[in-house]
Parts: sequence; C-alpha cells; structure tokens
Amino acid sequence: MPALLDPTSELRPAQREALPRPKSLSGSRVALLDISKPRGDVFLDHLEAKLGEMGVDARRYRKPTFTRVAPVDLKHKIASECDIVIEALAD
Amino acid sequence: MDNETMTVIPEAFTGYIAVVKRECDTCRLIEPALQSAAQARELRVYSQDDPAFPPSLQDVIDERALELSYRLNIEIVPTLIQVENGEERARLVGWQREAWRRLTGLPELGAGLPEFSPGCGSKSLEPGMPEKLAFKFGDTLLQARRIEVASQQDEHELMFERGWSDGLPLVPPTEERVLNMLSGATRSPDEIIGIIPPDNVPCTIEKVAINAVMAGCKPEYLPVVLAAVEAACLDEFCMHGVLATTYFSAPIVIVNGPVAAQIGMNWSHNVLGQGNRANSTIGRALQLVIRNVGGGRPGGVDRATLGQPGKIGFCFAEREQDSCWESLAVERGFSPDQSTVTLFAGGGVHPVGDQKSRRPESLTRSLALSLQTVYHRKIYGSTDALLIISPENMRVFREAGWSKARFREALDEALTVDGRDIVAGAGGVAEGMPKKLADKRLTKFRSDGLLIAHAGGGAGMWSAVITGWGRSGAHGSVPVTVAIKS
Repeated sequence: MPALLDPTSELRPAQREALPRPKSLSGSRVALLDISKPRGDVFLDHLEAKLGEMGVDARRYRKPTFTRVAPVDLKHKIASECDIVIEALAD
Repeated sequence: MDNETMTVIPEAFTGYIAVVKRECDTCRLIEPALQSAAQARELRVYSQDDPAFPPSLQDVIDERALELSYRLNIEIVPTLIQVENGEERARLVGWQREAWRRLTGLPELGAGLPEFSPGCGSKSLEPGMPEKLAFKFGDTLLQARRIEVASQQDEHELMFERGWSDGLPLVPPTEERVLNMLSGATRSPDEIIGIIPPDNVPCTIEKVAINAVMAGCKPEYLPVVLAAVEAACLDEFCMHGVLATTYFSAPIVIVNGPVAAQIGMNWSHNVLGQGNRANSTIGRALQLVIRNVGGGRPGGVDRATLGQPGKIGFCFAEREQDSCWESLAVERGFSPDQSTVTLFAGGGVHPVGDQKSRRPESLTRSLALSLQTVYHRKIYGSTDALLIISPENMRVFREAGWSKARFREALDEALTVDGRDIVAGAGGVAEGMPKKLADKRLTKFRSDGLLIAHAGGGAGMWSAVITGWGRSGAHGSVPVTVAIKS
C-alpha cells in the first residue's frame, strides 16, 4: 500500500500546562466576561456583587456576540488588565 | 530548455528524435521513412510499447517507462523533433510527408507513402497515466505529511483509527489519487484557500483535494468543493458558530448554473436524498475539511445536542431548466450562466404536504403555516429558512402567472402575525417573543432570511422547509453565495 497523504492540519500544539490555581483572590484583578448569551449577565451580576463584598477588584467585559470567538483586541485588553478570567457561558 | 528536459536529451545532441509505438497504424506505415532518415541523419527512435519496433531499425530506445514522452509533453505518435545542441528547434506530429521532408532536409523521404496520415494518442496520455508519470518523474508540489501504511495494516482501519472519518468508509488519499483530484482544477496546490474554523488553520488547495479524495469526489467536482470551502470561510457565514452551536445546523450546499449538469448533479427525484455521487460527496468533502483541517469534531467544538443526518454532507442542485422563477443564485445577484454555490446554515428537512391547494393564494398560506413552525412557532425573526418548491407545487404558481416576487409578497403577508399570539406565555407556553412586542405585527423572517429554490422529481405535491440556525443574521450566520472558479 502506498503512503497516504495526511488530510489534517498537522498541527501538534505544544503541551500547555494549566496555570496553578490562585490561592486567594485578594489583590487579584478579576475579569468577568459576558459572552452576550441570554442570562449570562444575571450570573455575572451575582458574582460581581459577591466579589465586591470580598473586596476583589472585578471588572466587566463583553464579547460582541457569542457566535464568534472573542476579538483579538478584547483578549489583549483582558490579558493586560486582569489576572483571572471568569466566563459566563449562560442559557 | 529546463533542467528536466536536459536529463532526457544530452546537451551535445544535435539531430532528430522520433517517438513511436507499434500499436499505431501510422507509425507502422512510416517505417520505411524512419529507416531512410536514420541512415541519412542522426535519428533516435523511441518506442513507447515495444523496443523491437520498428524491426528494421537498429538501436531503438526502449521508451516503455515514458519518461521522455512525459518530459517532452508528447501528445501524438509519431512525433518528430529537431534538436540542436540539446534544444528543441521544431516538432511535427503525425505523418506529413512534405513537412517531414523539409524538417529533415531529405527531399525523397517517404516516397511511396501517402501525403498525410494522422497519428495516434501518446501512451503517456492514456487515462490515469499523466498522474502516474507526474508522480514518478515530476517534481510534485504536494506538501502533506506522508502516513506510511504497514504491510500488515488495513488502510481503511488506519483511517478510522486516526479519526479522519465521519463514520463512513473513506477512499484512501494516495499521492496518485490526490494528483488526479488536483487535475480537476487549475489552481496551485499550495494556494491558501481560506482559514478553516474552528482551529483557524490556513488551508491549501492540496488539503481540500486530499479530503475530496477521501469523500469520494471525482476531479471535476473539485472546483465546486473549493467554492464551498471558500464560502464556509467567509466571516458572515460564521462557520465556527454553525459548528459550535448545540443546534442542528450544518453548511448546506446549493449549486446553481451550468456546472450542475456538467458534473451530473441531481436536482430531480430524491434530490435531498441519497444516490447521486456528486450530491453526496461534495457536501461530505466540505464537512471532512472542517473535521480534518479545521479540527471540528462532534463532542469537541461541535456541541450539537442532536445533530441531523445532513451533517455527513448536504448538497443538491436547483432544478433550473423548467422553473418559471429566477433561480436562487440569480435572486442573489448572479447571472444564469454563472455557476455558484450558496451555503445555508441549515437543520433537517421538514416536509410540507398539501394535496388540495390548486390556487396560489391557498398554497401560499399553506406553505406559510409550515414556515411558521421554523425553530419554534412562537419565535420570529431569529431563524432563516430555505423553502424548496417541488415541480408540482410550482405548477400552481406557473398556471396562475405568479412571479417569484409576487409569491414572496404574499408569503410575507401570510407570515406576519399579531405579537400577542406569540409572546412568552401566550397559549400557556412559556417560550415566545418578548411581551413588549404584544401590540406589534411581527414577520417570521428577517428581510433576506428566506431562501427559495425549485427542486425535486416531477410527481408529488410536496415541498420542503429546511430550518436555518437559531442565530441567523448579522450576529450569527447569513447565507453566502460565491462563484465557482475553474
């Protein structure tokens, strides 16, 4: 049998380790990302209130639409402004 | 002369090359001319099928490997080529007595032979041979990683194990088959056709061809597959979302224009079903590209809760030849002689049966009843639809002289309802439109959210509704149409 041509992207992503879980939220900047799906904001409102009570610096961000991946600018903005992201998948 | 040619004609060679084969009547006929030319001139005779032919000549070169024929692009035998210092100066195909005399400078050549006798096709051009020779002698441009199949290994099982399959058997993508597939289009294998979601990987024509081979396509389908892949990569089609949603959606490929007949597509009986190779494999090739190049797999980024059988591949052609309405592609701004693909993010097929309507007013309202149930009877404006009108249903509009525009107008009216009937809670059903719309009149589809095409067999008063994605429109997917390039 002759060789077959690989139909895939041939991508072999480097093994990426998850970041260690933060021991505490104090002093961290937390991004609350709304993906623009119904009721995600309800969940994030609750989280924002809870984090506020804990004195955590929580900031709201929003994707233009849940149907597409986040725009690069938004990802850069979150990465440069926050340490932790909580994303609400909603529905 | 390029480097490849120099490997078959020595740089220092000056003289003539004749390419012949025994099975060609003309080659056998001109044996005396070849014999006398060989005596008077420096002539090298290459025989494609039998090194003992022509029997009267010494030193016939065995050309059964067809390397020289491939490198010199020999199309006809006999071919006579004049060479000077390794470079081709002139070429004659078939037997042309006066031309051969002039080229060889032998005024008596072929005395007694007819003035003209046409040649035969070169063995290097027999079916499948150009791809074999390109594989053997050419500088293949194919870049894909080679996956070796061990001698004890079943290549079909290997393809399943590697996750290349949608669950059905695949045609093994060997280099020969992929080269053959690429011959169906004129584009370079290394051209990037688009960025394939969900992994957003640049995809070459070669990768599309590999997946088209696996899907079972013929080379002549490749331009249609390429157009479908290009359409799927358009941002407004939002293939990532169409794949990632929990909804039923898949790219449905609708083909318009002359290409449908040229490649033998089905627009008639069982048009949305099985049985036609082009219909079945073009849609499948697109899905395999998304699976293999894009990395989109069920349970991975494909989060469909239920899915639908059309996700294996869903492609059909519009029945244009006896439609009394402009085609889907013409409505979308293309001319009738252009070949196009339209991609629609669709779910499954919902049949509409109306055996009694003989007037267009009744049939329109009847079709509207089914269209109202798209996505949900109480959800309006969020989901596109594709309405497929069968010939027997179209007859009603033809006999009444209704244009497509008039049908659309009447349909819009029949699809506009009082908001209070469909708001959340109405009829004891929690699902529905926001209550603030209770006093509004609401229309089922956004302004360009209903596609209409004519297809199906001649008998049967059926039409079909194909539901769009629940996220149709600018914030989700809009249907896209692209022209098919050669």
